[in-house]
Amino acid sequence: MKYIDPHIHMVSRTTDDYQRMAQSGCVAVTEPAFWAGFDRSSVQGFFDYYRQLTEYEPRRAAQFGIRHFSWLCINPKEADDPGFAREVIAIIPDFLERENVLGIGEIGLNKNTRNELIILEEQIALAEKHNQLVLVHTPHLEDKLKGTRLIMDALAASKIEPGRVLIDHVEEHTVGEVLDRGFWAGMTLYPDTKVTPQRATDIIEMYGHERIWMNSAGDWGCSDPLAVPKARLEMARRGHAQTLIDKVTFDNPLTFLSQSPNFQLDE
Amino acid sequence: MPQDIVNTCPQTREGVINTYFLEHRAKLLDIAAYLDRVDRGRGDDPQDFRDRAFREALKILSSDVPHRARRILELFSDMSHEIPQSAEGMKGAAGAVPLATEDRS
Repeated sequence: MKYIDPHIHMVSRTTDDYQRMAQSGCVAVTEPAFWAGFDRSSVQGFFDYYRQLTEYEPRRAAQFGIRHFSWLCINPKEADDPGFAREVIAIIPDFLERENVLGIGEIGLNKNTRNELIILEEQIALAEKHNQLVLVHTPHLEDKLKGTRLIMDALAASKIEPGRVLIDHVEEHTVGEVLDRGFWAGMTLYPDTKVTPQRATDIIEMYGHERIWMNSAGDWGCSDPLAVPKARLEMARRGHAQTLIDKVTFDNPLTFLSQSPNFQLDE
Repeated sequence: MPQDIVNTCPQTREGVINTYFLEHRAKLLDIAAYLDRVDRGRGDDPQDFRDRAFREALKILSSDVPHRARRILELFSDMSHEIPQSAEGMKGAAGAVPLATEDRS
């Protein structure tokens, strides 16, 4: 068996996690730029982070036969100061030429503010200008439904095709609208917030298996880098076919990510 | 079975219960113990909007209407249309909002 974890923050994980993921069948990860748990004080801080995502992490993953890809952006939590955010956005285009970069992400909203929306729209425009895929972060908890709708409206105002956008962290109250509007949907498997392997499997049973994937979004908080293989086990436990399990944990990520010419897996 | 979704659950109802009853029995007891813990907490009833939303969600749990998970998530969601300029001074996500009949300030 093999799977792809299409959203995980390996900069926050130990090398042991790469080893355990490889042992569990992980062949590729994609890592969106995100909030480090504290606000960075300078553009240089982001420059160093983008180097880590495009130079260091691919080498660390390769030790275990895992391909590492990344997404670049300024995350919504640090985007509430538009002036600073624009300075960060200005350094992104040079990194888009790096061979493991798949697109712009994870952009989106955090507290659903106008400042965040302005920077979201500017990063959507950046993706459009450079013909990049887009990975979207949706807000947490009570802010998710409103934020997801605002994000989809902003994307609809651009020329980016919905099929080139993955909207992540969907739950039961957002997945239907995301799929209905033509976007891809990502389910994040977290122990306390977002969805569990059981609920992710329920959602597949109710909303189908097209344009949907699951990821661990493992980071510095309570999270599980082996969440995807655990969800595979949950699906098998219920009696789902191996082809369906492979579709949502390998084939679907492969289909979406392969829209970027940089996404290549080893034979 | 709601008509607006597909259903590809491979298990029978009995199979679902066989697989999950004990796990969710434990989760149900966790909720019961949590409510007892709130009762045993010292001080006056804090009239907390999260607590009121939680107890409203319990009514959804015990109803026979489907989409319980979605309806509880919607109950806990901010349905306002205002868009503040900045997040400065805002607290982190609380997980619930005051119920429609409550003061949202």
